[in-house]
Amino acid sequence: MKKLFITLGAISIMGIVPLLVTATPQSDLQAFRTFYFKKFPGIKFQDYANGIYALDKNRRIELQASEEFPPYDDAVAIGKKLFNKYGLKSCFKRGGIGIKQNYPYFDKKTGKVRTLEKDIMTCLKEKGINTKKEKLKYKKGKFAAISAYMAYTSRGNKINVVIPNDPRALADYEAGKRFFYAKRGQLNFSCANCHVDNVDKMIRGNLLGPALGQTSHWPAWRKKWAKKAAKKHGGNSGPLDGLGTLQRRYGGCNKQVRAKPLKAQSTAYNNLEYFHTYMSNGIKLNGPAVRQ
Amino acid sequence: MRKTVKLVIATSTVALLLGSMALVPKVASADEATLVTQGKKIAENRKEGNCFACHSYKGAYLPGNVGPPLVNIKTRFPDEAKLRAQIWDATKANPNTMMPPFGRHEILSNKEIDAVTAWVYTL
Ligand code: HEC
Ligand code: HEC
Repeated sequence: MKKLFITLGAISIMGIVPLLVTATPQSDLQAFRTFYFKKFPGIKFQDYANGIYALDKNRRIELQASEEFPPYDDAVAIGKKLFNKYGLKSCFKRGGIGIKQNYPYFDKKTGKVRTLEKDIMTCLKEKGINTKKEKLKYKKGKFAAISAYMAYTSRGNKINVVIPNDPRALADYEAGKRFFYAKRGQLNFSCANCHVDNVDKMIRGNLLGPALGQTSHWPAWRKKWAKKAAKKHGGNSGPLDGLGTLQRRYGGCNKQVRAKPLKAQSTAYNNLEYFHTYMSNGIKLNGPAVRQ
Repeated sequence: MRKTVKLVIATSTVALLLGSMALVPKVASADEATLVTQGKKIAENRKEGNCFACHSYKGAYLPGNVGPPLVNIKTRFPDEAKLRAQIWDATKANPNTMMPPFGRHEILSNKEIDAVTAWVYTL
């Protein structure tokens, strides 16, 4: 078999986006969640923060067990130390504490969507930190630990993404929405194929979780990532091993369909995160969380 | 890239025609049996067909359930060419299908699809 990565340019958008001419972010959001509410009348709105664990009781019990000694605790502590060491609080509203629910946001000045990770990186650069030397890179490690600490201080706050009535913001939102519904990769799946159309089904051993609530708990601690990192360190696990940002996960889901993953914090992923997080408005943040 | 895809489409249509013509006087032969064995192998390879990621069938190991169980295939597809077409490009019948377009996206070669089709036809 030829394992070819089909470039994102070669995706097909075949009448799958609910192309209501009158669709607004508000009407999209209503339709998006009504689908799940109808399908899963037994699941409460806030439970969507728990992904597949909201769907499957046995997995939930397993998850609760791993939360008794949270594997991400050390990572949050390290993140806090780094946050203070680099003096990041001066770059953020409220000193950076309890603010993650407002991300991503549309920045009127630059006309771009800003994620929390983007703002952290900008702040580090403004402070003159040599991010290369300090090994601060998007997606994992020490950088993700800072993001995890900021997420931790925001636990319980309800996601509150704003799409201002600005044509540029609406265009970014639309681009994110198209990304979500477009088929891509050699295997030709859209995000919606797996997380909307076939939610609660099994693709081999994997239960497909709902897209609603998917953005509530990042960075997450994934057992899979922890295992992979430990293997690299000759079997020894470190405190930051399992940690990864939402966009690290996007990359993984793109790879699964044999599509070329995009760079973390690329415009396309930021727009996707904008749409994707907006859909979960009102859900309480619960990051970092453990995932399989 | 686009050129190769077109080429593949063209050649496979030919192959499809030839294939279905060749099938008219259908006799089970030793070759047929090898083809079925090969097809099963390709279908069950995670990096090739990986069909049971989505379909259950008799003897499938831990199958998924995104697609319908593969049963009574001969009744469902009296015309084997139609079955092959479904495997070659499932989006023809349903543009939003989850089933990957194995031929159109060159996940499997035409020969591999022939083998997989022969195997599925036994289910
Ligand atoms: C081939 C199927 C498939 C496709 C296509 C796919 N995913 Fe996933 N995704 C999964 C599986 C399986 C998981 C792990 C189980 C779960 O949490 O749903 C997952 C998990 C996730 C998670 C983590 C959920 C959590 O609670 O931690 C996010 C976020 C996600 N996917 C987003 C996306 C986005 C965005 C796209 C499109 C760019 C996408 N996925 C495309 C199969 C897929
Ligand atoms: C990721 C999911 C997925 C994979 C992998 C997959 N299929 Fe499918 N398949 C489907 C779905 C969903 C359908 C239902 C019809 C549709 O939506 O196109 C289907 C339909 C079919 C049908 C028609 C069944 C009927 O009774 O109408 C056949 C035959 C079939 N698939 C064979 C295969 C073979 C052979 C493979 C592997 C080479 C395969 N499929 C891989 C998802 C998949």
